[in-house]
Amino acid sequence: MALINTGYLEYEELSAIQKLPDQDRFAKGPVAIIECVQEIPCNPCEAACPVGAIHVGEPITNLPTLHGEKCTGCGMCVSRCPGLAIVIVNKVYSDTTATVSFPFEYFPIPVVGEERNAMNRKGEILCKGKIVKVMNPAAFDHTPVVTVEIPKEFADEVRTIERIR
Amino acid sequence: MLQRDVLVIGAGPAGLAASIEAGKAGADVLLVDLNMQPGGQLFKQIHKFFGSSAHRSGTRGYDIGKQLLKEAEEAGVEIWMQSTVIGIFPGNKIGIEKGLDNGDKEIITLQAKKIIIATGASENAIRFEGWTTPGVMGAGAAQTMINVNHVKPGKKIVMLGTGNVGLIVSYQLMQAGCDVVALVEAAPKIGGYAVHAAKIRRAGVPIYLCHTIIEAIKGEDGCVCGCVIAKVDDKFQPIPGTEETIECDTITLAAGLKPTMDLVKLADCKLTFNGPFGGYIPLHNEKMETSREGVFVAGDTTGVEEANTALEEGKIAGISAAEELGLISSENADLMRAEIWKRLDALRLGPFGERRMMEKEHILKEYREIIGTPISAE
Repeated sequence: MALINTGYLEYEELSAIQKLPDQDRFAKGPVAIIECVQEIPCNPCEAACPVGAIHVGEPITNLPTLHGEKCTGCGMCVSRCPGLAIVIVNKVYSDTTATVSFPFEYFPIPVVGEERNAMNRKGEILCKGKIVKVMNPAAFDHTPVVTVEIPKEFADEVRTIERIR
Repeated sequence: MLQRDVLVIGAGPAGLAASIEAGKAGADVLLVDLNMQPGGQLFKQIHKFFGSSAHRSGTRGYDIGKQLLKEAEEAGVEIWMQSTVIGIFPGNKIGIEKGLDNGDKEIITLQAKKIIIATGASENAIRFEGWTTPGVMGAGAAQTMINVNHVKPGKKIVMLGTGNVGLIVSYQLMQAGCDVVALVEAAPKIGGYAVHAAKIRRAGVPIYLCHTIIEAIKGEDGCVCGCVIAKVDDKFQPIPGTEETIECDTITLAAGLKPTMDLVKLADCKLTFNGPFGGYIPLHNEKMETSREGVFVAGDTTGVEEANTALEEGKIAGISAAEELGLISSENADLMRAEIWKRLDALRLGPFGERRMMEKEHILKEYREIIGTPISAE
């Protein structure tokens, strides 16, 4: 597995382990992508989902699986995952752009309208992104969920924004 | 001499959980710890915990610490902080250097019907040229600085080790505003959870596998100003000619932990050596009782794992102590323990847990074969 030798997932590796939403599901709007590929004892995502779209079951080392048709892309799981391993991707945000909503636990917390460098799983800057939403209610317990708008072709690769130092 | 039903030593997750269970059962519990504040390592764990959502996972470590302190108070647990156990003698007589409110210390002798030792673990050091230079520290020390004392250990940090401690502390150093410039790992693969490594990598931090630090470079001010890393061969020996210099002002070491055994040895508990669990550990049974009757152990002292398993083991030790005191019927205690062992087994599944599951079973088997029933020290 490339992951344990590099620390990041290749898209091929991810899609071989996790059943990702198909193109029909992406066409319907925002949906969760669970980038959790190791059997570790963890299941808060299952309880976080208000529509029962995530299944872990017993034993709790099972990988979570997503029921794409049930998932509404609400993002509750994103802030609850202790591994920060879930994002929401909306491939139909506009004709030319997609959005990625990801957990972001660094200061300064981005603000809506800001332009930030969007990065992939390796920490490489892929493109500019526009912050379109920042959710940080008490229920998220200090894990803000940030939504960045990016060109559509980067929707499967952008996973965060550059940290400002 | 003071008398207590149960003395619990160490106020981390295991000791707190043990105190709460014994206290809830009606035991008169004294919990002592040498630190300023109870909670052990919980109050520096600012991340959300893994585990079962039925048992506090997804909650940040310091919030779990707060919940446990509240439960301990409700269970009537008496807590002495800045207090060190300095002797354990036959007949469960204990010497304690008790910390007083005015900062002084007083020697107290006390007799406890049951003793629960939950003294945790300490960080391993790695020796290389210049390892005593100011700026080289344990990853746990760096974590205490940022998360408890709110002081940055440095600006540019190199982390040695990619187990979960190395990965989590690297992330938290970045959250605190430090730059982590590299992680260095002698093994050919990342040791900790991939999701932790992924956070490091997507922040753009390189991880050097099959590398080690061979020198901390001392600057004009006498402090670390860089380090030399080198590739290692399959026997973890540095390969000459592969050296690289990395500029940094802090080197943090996350090279594993070993169980803190001083009091276990003082109590004359039978030990066994277990590499995967971090070194010498006390043999114990399913009740978390050691070879010495009435002396129980829980948490990292019984083998280095993590806070969830420490909590569960602590509960078992507390229940078992209360059972021996006659406060819980054996029937109920068996049922409670069976439930907890089921959760412990679930925490020890998967690629990161199965080795620990195997070793734990091995330790329990060794206990049955060598000890059988605990030995009275009277």
